[in-house]
Amino acid sequence: MADGLFEAMRRSVEEGDVAAAEATARTAVDEGLDPLEAIESGYVPGLSCVGEGFASGELYLPDMVLAAKAMKAAMSVLEPEMKRRGATRSVVGKVVLGTVKGDIHEIGKNLVGTMLSASGFEVHDLGVDVPLDRFADVAGEVGADIVGVSALLTTTMTNQRAVIDTLTSRGLRPTVKVIVGGAPVTQAWADEIGADGYSEDAVGAVTLARRLVGA
Amino acid sequence: MATAINPIVNPRLRVQVLDDEEIQRIHTATLEVIESAGVRFPSSRALDIWAANGARVDRDTGVVRAPGALIEDALRRAPAEYTLAARDPSQDLPLDGRHVYAGTDGCGIEVVDVETGELRRSTYRDVADIARVADALEEVAFHWVAVSAQDRPAESRGLHELAAIWRNSTKHVQTESVVTEREARAAVEMAAAVAGGRERLRERPVLSLMECTTSPLGQDGGAIDAGLVAAEAGVPVGFMTMASCAFTGPVSRAGTLVVGNAEVISALALMQLAYPGCPVYYAAAQTAMDLRSGAYTGGGPEDFVFGAATNALADFYHVPLSMGAFATGAHEPDWQAGLENGLSMLLASAVGSDMLLGVGLLNGSRIWSYEQLLLDCEIYALVRESLKGVEVNDETLALDVIRTVGPGGDFLAEPHTRRHMRELWQPRFLDRRPHGTWLAADDRARDWARARAQALLAEHRPEPLDDVTAGTLAEIIARVEANAGVAAGVGST
Repeated sequence: MADGLFEAMRRSVEEGDVAAAEATARTAVDEGLDPLEAIESGYVPGLSCVGEGFASGELYLPDMVLAAKAMKAAMSVLEPEMKRRGATRSVVGKVVLGTVKGDIHEIGKNLVGTMLSASGFEVHDLGVDVPLDRFADVAGEVGADIVGVSALLTTTMTNQRAVIDTLTSRGLRPTVKVIVGGAPVTQAWADEIGADGYSEDAVGAVTLARRLVGA
Repeated sequence: MATAINPIVNPRLRVQVLDDEEIQRIHTATLEVIESAGVRFPSSRALDIWAANGARVDRDTGVVRAPGALIEDALRRAPAEYTLAARDPSQDLPLDGRHVYAGTDGCGIEVVDVETGELRRSTYRDVADIARVADALEEVAFHWVAVSAQDRPAESRGLHELAAIWRNSTKHVQTESVVTEREARAAVEMAAAVAGGRERLRERPVLSLMECTTSPLGQDGGAIDAGLVAAEAGVPVGFMTMASCAFTGPVSRAGTLVVGNAEVISALALMQLAYPGCPVYYAAAQTAMDLRSGAYTGGGPEDFVFGAATNALADFYHVPLSMGAFATGAHEPDWQAGLENGLSMLLASAVGSDMLLGVGLLNGSRIWSYEQLLLDCEIYALVRESLKGVEVNDETLALDVIRTVGPGGDFLAEPHTRRHMRELWQPRFLDRRPHGTWLAADDRARDWARARAQALLAEHRPEPLDDVTAGTLAEIIARVEANAGVAAGVGST
């Protein structure tokens, strides 16, 4: 019985079928299945399969994003049940993410957030035009492992340095790693402002984040 | 003496990518999108204007839903033709549908150093140097801010960039780097100083603004406010969509055109509602997302077709088009750069785009290369000569000469040959040497392009901006910096 359901869960993520992912998660809750088992035996294998397909070049970014959305949909059904049972899923790491003050571009940052969530990170997305202090505030509150700072403009990119300086002055570094991204950002800029990492795209950002938390 | 600009005029080869019915369908779909989904205008001033004109305005989300008739009526007020003025009037650019002008690309963040070949962050000095080299090139008709002056304060960077270009070139400047109301006011003031007063600026706009939309279906509030400042002053303003298939637009070409068109025409309509008859232009640099990374690709069949299609749309609305052409995704001036920029340039010109952006950048408009600048100009020149087509008259039919030479002779020593031989196109950066010579020389077109750029950097002295005007520009920038609390001296030019 559960095997058939696990198979349907795996397939819902592989096919990026949000409705099916939600429906299977609801079935699991109704039938009293352990939500952690549903995640690990049902949805995660689907995500791994899509990840492998992407790595081999058979699948494209929209396949990954759809799989991540299906995964997220299933999680939102399972989380209340996990809470009720007092169960917590171990996360790969906690990430605080945002676009710096003065900058309203969010599409790249959102993609990174989606990919990190799907990869088992707990993501706290602060949105756009984020005041510099807020990165450090939230990082402190949630006990973040990583702070991700996005900027699309050369005029706002300098605020990435300011965010790092704030984290430093609050004594949050080096326990909190900082990753930076955005069109004008380069590895040289990341090095100059003392960031721990930079990636040119969202998939690379996941690899980077995993490396920084030792996963 | 200012360098004469040698543009494409009346291209003989014409390409049509959409027929009338298809254009009408895209237009109708666009109006439906603006009325149903709406377009986000995060600017209280813009929302007030829309509301006053009867559009449905959601103050919480900033989304405007405007009836199609309102958009169409507003667009009809836009002038179909006007002239981009230059500091030197001999370099004025009539946007009359007969010319295809190329500008420098923008806005890059790194520069391949022309001496060392090393990649480094762009500075004010680079903006000035690039303007000076481009001033000397007959293929470059106007400037964009090619790279960002990252050693200048963020609050006044866009103004320093303008000053750098005006100090180093007499050609028209179209900035894509003034994106706030505060900077736009200062930029207009600077332009008025260059033109000789506010009224003179209205007659002779030596500056135009290019603002980006935020795809899908959004505007940048600062950009909209900056655009309104320009429109009020009679400084031409355009809005550029970069909606890309599969990410910021639907995966299909027609769908992405609709999304981009909704962004552009809603912004142009707003300008007309605020300042009826103000000069505006359509701008687009659409592409397809890279399916693996999600990145903006720059250079590919979708780009070429989008360019041609947006030209058809701009013609439909009777406004000029500033179009993303060239803009190769290549990392160096190589096979890919030549292929992409060659095809892009050819198609963009064959549809008759007014302004092409632009020459000199690599890696999807991120990295400036002087070699690429010169090679792109070679592409422009080659396409310009191709599009001249065949001139047919008594002199060119050359019947007398053909009779004189007759069967089996040659035309080498004919006066007719000598009279017209300099009309044959001569490449500067195509290698036509015999193979043995090429082997022995061991150099390439890239080396010649670099040497040419080095020579221009060393030798070209543009017509200087007079001291009084230069001083006024510096004062305007200093005042903006003082008001913004920038420490004195940080922003000195």
